[in-house]
Amino acid sequence: MIAETGHYALVLALALALLQSVLPIWGARTRDAALMGLAGPLAYGQLAFVALSFAALTHAYVTSDFSVVNVVENSHSAKPLIYKISGVWGNHEGSLLLWVLILTLFSALVAFFGKNLPDRLRADVLGVQAMISVAFLLFVLLTSNPFARLDPAPMEGQDLNPLLQDPGLAIHPPLLYVGYVGFSMAFSFAVAALIEGKVDAAWARWVRPWTLGAWLFLTLGIAMGSYWAYYELGWGGFWFWDPVENASLMPWLSGTALLHSAVVMEKREALKVWTVLLALLTFALSLLGTFLVRSGVLTSVHAFAVDPARGVAILIILIVFVGGSLALYALRAPTLKQGGMFAPVSREGALVLNNLFLTAATAAVFVGTLYPLALEAMTGEKISVGPPFFNNTFGPLMLPVMLVMPFAPLLAWKRGDAARAARAMVYAVGVAVVATALVAGFARGGPTLAPLGVGLALFAITGAFAELVERSKLFRAPFAESVRRLRGAPSSTWGSALAHAGMGVTLLGVVAATAWPSEAVVALKPGQSVSISGYDLTFEGVSQRPGPNYASTIAALTVRKDGAVVRRLEPSRRLYAARQMDLTEASIATFGLSQLYASMGEARGDDATALRVTYKPLVTLIWFGAVIMALGGGLSLADRRLRVGAPRRAAKPVPVSAHPAPAE
Amino acid sequence: MSPALRRAALAAALTLAAPAAAFAVQPGEELSDPAQEARARALSAELRCMVCQNQSIDDSDAPLAKDLRVLVRERISAGDSDKDVISFLTARYGDFVLLRPRFTWETALLWLFAPAVLLAGLLGYLVFVVRARRVEVAGAGLTEAERARLEALLAREDERA
Repeated sequence: MIAETGHYALVLALALALLQSVLPIWGARTRDAALMGLAGPLAYGQLAFVALSFAALTHAYVTSDFSVVNVVENSHSAKPLIYKISGVWGNHEGSLLLWVLILTLFSALVAFFGKNLPDRLRADVLGVQAMISVAFLLFVLLTSNPFARLDPAPMEGQDLNPLLQDPGLAIHPPLLYVGYVGFSMAFSFAVAALIEGKVDAAWARWVRPWTLGAWLFLTLGIAMGSYWAYYELGWGGFWFWDPVENASLMPWLSGTALLHSAVVMEKREALKVWTVLLALLTFALSLLGTFLVRSGVLTSVHAFAVDPARGVAILIILIVFVGGSLALYALRAPTLKQGGMFAPVSREGALVLNNLFLTAATAAVFVGTLYPLALEAMTGEKISVGPPFFNNTFGPLMLPVMLVMPFAPLLAWKRGDAARAARAMVYAVGVAVVATALVAGFARGGPTLAPLGVGLALFAITGAFAELVERSKLFRAPFAESVRRLRGAPSSTWGSALAHAGMGVTLLGVVAATAWPSEAVVALKPGQSVSISGYDLTFEGVSQRPGPNYASTIAALTVRKDGAVVRRLEPSRRLYAARQMDLTEASIATFGLSQLYASMGEARGDDATALRVTYKPLVTLIWFGAVIMALGGGLSLADRRLRVGAPRRAAKPVPVSAHPAPAE
Repeated sequence: MSPALRRAALAAALTLAAPAAAFAVQPGEELSDPAQEARARALSAELRCMVCQNQSIDDSDAPLAKDLRVLVRERISAGDSDKDVISFLTARYGDFVLLRPRFTWETALLWLFAPAVLLAGLLGYLVFVVRARRVEVAGAGLTEAERARLEALLAREDERA
C-alpha cells in the first residue's frame, strides 16, 4: 500500500509540474498576478509529493519489502541500515527519483528565497524548472518506475552491488546530484532571461549564488568519488578518465567558466551573450552526463541499440532541452545589449582567457568521451580514447588557466596595470623557481617535467594570496594594520583566494603522487618482510573474519619505521554471498600528507600471499585541494548572501576598513 | 566476477565509476632489468585491456591483460623498440588496443576539436577587442563638457578601485 502511495504521489507531482510549467509563464505574458503567484504554491506542492514518494521508497528499503522489484534487486535483509538507505539511490530508478527530488527542492528554494525577484522573472524561472520536472517525472513514471511490484514476493533480496556498500557511496551521489541539478537553476534563469529579452547585472547577481552552490557540491561530489575509487578499487588510481567520470567533469569545467563570466557580467555588464550561452551549455552537459550514465550507451553501443527505451527517452529530453534552449538563444541573443568595454589587460580580459581555456578543456573532455561512441555508431570502427589522449589535450589547456589564475584578481576592471600585477607576483614566482630547482636537484626518478609541475602548483598556491597581500599592505604597513585589513577584506576575496589555492594544492598532490610513487609487488610468506620508502612491512599471516553480509580474508601487515612499530595494515578480500562477488579492500595508512597503500592479491598455490604496496607521496593533497576549493566557494557564498537579489547594482567596494564583512 | 562485468555493473549503478582492477602487475611478472621494466610499464599504460572498459593492461587484473603484459615484456626482452612493440600489437589487435589514438583522417576531428574551439574563441575575442578599440576611437570625439565629465567620473572610479 505504501509503495502504491509513493507511485501515486509521483503522478500527482507530475500533474502539479504540468500546471507549474504553463500557468505562471502564461501569467507572466498576460500580466496576471494571480497566475504568476501560483508558481510558489505549486513548487511547494511538487516538492511535498516527490518527497512523499521518496519516503515511500525509503520505507520499502528499510523494512525490506521484497514485494517491490526494486528492493528485491538491490537490497538484502542482512544489509546494514545505512546501506539499506543509501541503496535507495544506488540503482537506476531510485537515483532518478533522487534527481527529481533535488530538482523540486531547488524549485521550492527559488520560490522561498526568490520573493524579492521581479515577479515575471520568478514566474518564468519556476515555469522552466517545472518543464524539466515534467520531463523527468514522465521518464520515471513511464520507463523507470521504482514502485513496481513482484508477485509472489521472494523471501530474500539479491543485495546491493557490494562495490556500492560503502559510506563514501552513501553520500557521493547526493552531492553530485545537487551539483548537476543545481545547474538547472542557471539554465532556468537563462531561459527566463531569453524569454524576457532582458539580461542585466541583477540577473547575474541572482544566478551566481545558485551556480556557486551547485559548483561547490559538484566539486565535493567529484572529489568524494575520486577518493572512493582510490580506496575501493584496490590499486590506488584516483582519476581514470572514465566516461562516467568525464560526465561529471564536463559540467564542473563549464560551471567554473560560468562562475567567472557571471562575475564579469555582474560587475561590468559585459559578456552577457556569452554568459547566457554558458549557463545553457553547463546544464546541457549535466543532462548529457545523465544520458551517458543512465542510457547504458557506455557499456556498449550495441546494448544501447538492443534495449533503447530508456536511452532514447533521455536522448529526447536532451534534444528538446538543449535544442529548444539553443534555438531560443539564437532567436533572442542578438537582442541582448552588450555592455561595458574593456582593455585586453584587465580583470575582464583575464577572465575571458580563463573562459576560453576552460571551454577548450571542456571540449577536449567532451570529444574524447563521445568520439569513440560516435565513430563506432557511424562507421562501426572501434578506437580507444584513454588517459594518454586526455593528458595530451586536457593537460596543456589547463596549464594557461593555472598560470593566469593568480594574476586575474590583481588586475583592475576595465584596464589593468600588468607591471603592478607582475610586481605583486614576484614572490610567488620566486617560490616557484626555488621549489622547482630544489625538487629537480633532490628528487630521484620521475618524469623530467615533474619538478616544473611542483613549481607551477606552488606558484598557484602562493600567488592565490597575492591580492590579499597587496590589499593588506603586508610587510609595508605596520603588522597590526595589515591584520586589520586582512580581517576587513570581503569574504568573497578570501573565498576566491582559497579556491584558487585549492587548485594549486590539488595539482601538487597529482604531480607528487604520479611522479614519485614507490611500489612493491611481492609474494610473501608469513614472517617475510618488504621495504618501501623507509617503511618495513612484515607479513604476519592470513586470517578469516565474518562481516554482516560478507566473509573476509585478511592479510595482516605490521609497519615499522626504524625498527619501531608505527601502524598495522589489513588489506583484505571480501566474498559477498548474495551476489557471489569477490572484492578487494585496500588498507591505507596515512603518514602526514602521504599514504601507504596495501592491497591483497588472489590466493596462490603455495602458502605465499600476493601483496601490492605503494607509497604515494602527498597523495591526500588531491582531495584536500578540492575541499579547500569548496571551502572557498562557501566563503564566497556567505558574502554573496548579503547582497543577493539586490535590485540595483550595489555600491562599489568601499574602503575595506570602513566596511568589514560580517561573514568572517 | 570479471572486471568487465564489474565495471558494467558499476556504470549502471553509479554516476561516477572507475575501473575495478584489484591487482594489476603480479609478482614474478616484472623484468629483472629496471630500465626494461620501466619501459614495459610505460608501454603498458598506453595499451588497452580489450575485454575491459577503458582500462590499460597495466591497471587491469583480467587474464587477457596479464597475457599482454607478459607479451610486451617478451618483446622488450627480445630487443624490440617501443615502436616495434606497438606495431606488433596493432598488427594483431588493431588500433583498438591503443589508448592514445593514432592521428589519421578518422581521428583528425578527435585531435583537432579542442584546439579548434580554442582558436575560434581566440579569434572571436580578437574581433571583440578590435571592435572595442574602434568604439573607443569613435568615442574620442567628445565635446569639452563631456570630456570633463568623463574625467571626473573616471577619477572617481579609480578612487573606488
